[in-house]
Amino acid sequence: MAHSKDLEALVVQVRRDILRQVHSVNSGHPGGSLGCAEFMVALYFEIMDLKGRFDMNGIGEDVFFLSNGHISPLFYSVLARRGYFPLEELATFRRLNSRLQGHPATHEGLPGVRIASGSLGQGMSVAIGAALAKKLNMDPHLIYSLHGDGELQEGQNWEAIMFAGSKKVDNLIATIDRNGQQIDGPTEEVLALGDLRPKLEAFGWDVLEVKDGNNLDAITKGLKEAKTRTGKGRPVGIIMDTVMGNGVDFMMHTHAWHGKAPNDAQLATALEQNPETLGDY
Amino acid sequence: MKTYTDQGKKDTRSGFGDGMTELGRTNPRVVALCADLVGSLKIETFIEEHPERFVQVGIAEANMMGIAAGLTIGGYIPFTSTFANFSTGRVYDQIRQCIAYSDKNVKICASHAGLTLGEDGATHQILEDIGLMKMLPGMTVINPCDYNQTKAATLAVAEHHGPVYLRFGRPKVANFTPVDQKFEIGKAVLLQPGTDVTIVATGHLVWEALQAAESLHAQGVSAEVINIHTIKPLDEAAILASVSKTGCLVSCEEHNVLGGLGESVSRTLAGHHPAPQEFVAVNDSFGESGTPEELLDKYGLNNNAIEKAVFKVLKRKG
Repeated sequence: MAHSKDLEALVVQVRRDILRQVHSVNSGHPGGSLGCAEFMVALYFEIMDLKGRFDMNGIGEDVFFLSNGHISPLFYSVLARRGYFPLEELATFRRLNSRLQGHPATHEGLPGVRIASGSLGQGMSVAIGAALAKKLNMDPHLIYSLHGDGELQEGQNWEAIMFAGSKKVDNLIATIDRNGQQIDGPTEEVLALGDLRPKLEAFGWDVLEVKDGNNLDAITKGLKEAKTRTGKGRPVGIIMDTVMGNGVDFMMHTHAWHGKAPNDAQLATALEQNPETLGDY
Repeated sequence: MKTYTDQGKKDTRSGFGDGMTELGRTNPRVVALCADLVGSLKIETFIEEHPERFVQVGIAEANMMGIAAGLTIGGYIPFTSTFANFSTGRVYDQIRQCIAYSDKNVKICASHAGLTLGEDGATHQILEDIGLMKMLPGMTVINPCDYNQTKAATLAVAEHHGPVYLRFGRPKVANFTPVDQKFEIGKAVLLQPGTDVTIVATGHLVWEALQAAESLHAQGVSAEVINIHTIKPLDEAAILASVSKTGCLVSCEEHNVLGGLGESVSRTLAGHHPAPQEFVAVNDSFGESGTPEELLDKYGLNNNAIEKAVFKVLKRKG
């Protein structure tokens, strides 16, 4: 499958948005944001069936929930570039009186966001609730969600995973960003998650793996495959291997940039590696 | 003096259950969730009549709160149901982030609140839940006094948009408010007019306050009794109007003295009309096993304790 050059270009531009947002307030989480850029671009520009305008209930369209809310710079960039709010609003990220809070929130009425996230481990439960609402509404559209691998250490996830398998929530596609890193180090050192696939399968999930989650074709193919597996009595899980900090050489393969902003020189280097494609905000 | 008649002892949780039955029939957007306590919450009829609108989540309250938040996205009105302890302290962050901060139309319905769940003891007797819930911005906190009022409150919260904490209990208590009296969120109910002292009470202690007022009347003390079924938003006007007449107040609740109704009332008085206040509440301790009556007596939450508090506050008024 070949992608339009536009989508590849968009990923690069989204990386620039992430880096510039985080740099401008010297805070935020570039690592995981960069790692999931291909996933979220594919989701919002190729996979999801979206209505033109935002409403909270999302009836008649696919709905996405971000559980690992700290990758808000990515979420905001993709939402803005998908037209949910003006691109220039990215300049208000994490600033006083902004709708772009440090972690996503509905409180300020930012279009595209349906639940606050940031305190980890809660998004899958919310996604399940929205999936149940879709079934009650006879709405055939799907619920998508994204979770960090580290946040699976929160027990609530396993309540939700058990529920979704047991109750056959088969209109849900939950993707786990398996970058293997968390704040204090590699996930397998901090608290080993082990092999996630058999764990999810043991709870009744249909699981597929995307080995190169930073390849636009690979993640698009994986998401399309996941769609074909919905409606068959099992929730669908995608274990997506990504590289934290992808696209910026000195940010890759380390947890050091999980929650740290680049300085001026580092930003310049990072932007050089990702030349402007669709225009900066 | 007004007299109130017990129409027959009933548990407030049955008021919730019967309210849910009615809502099931009248409001197709209402969904019930429960964490393995269907019988205790009295929602069997709702489930029998609308199995498709019931979500059994198992013993997983955190997941229940998240699912409830998600159900609102799609236009449903989820009513979560479990014990008060597991409805609040156990899931505080889930409520805070996904329900309160996210302004979701979830009704958190909590039975077995306070000491009067009895023999199960302190692990289950939460006395901090009103405080926890009232501190959350945007949360409405309701603690009705009897079966009829709990049923009416259950119906009322479905019509109110926004997160609500609805607190009720296990024991069979006097049922004395009129059947089908409309429940107005945030509007205190003047039960007994009086001139010497204001007694504000919530939940099970409203009936105790009425008993105390009757006894006080016989001793020549005119007590005004107000049912504060909504702790947040608090009907400050009703409290101030009463205290500006009586000049002193006793607050009564089946809750820790810290963080409950009494403190909300104190704040109102301090800001607008400073007056002596006595607190009938649990004095910053956990509960223990015992019958509801024994516990209310030991922890000073019954009509006798209210009477004592009234004499104390009258002395302070001078």
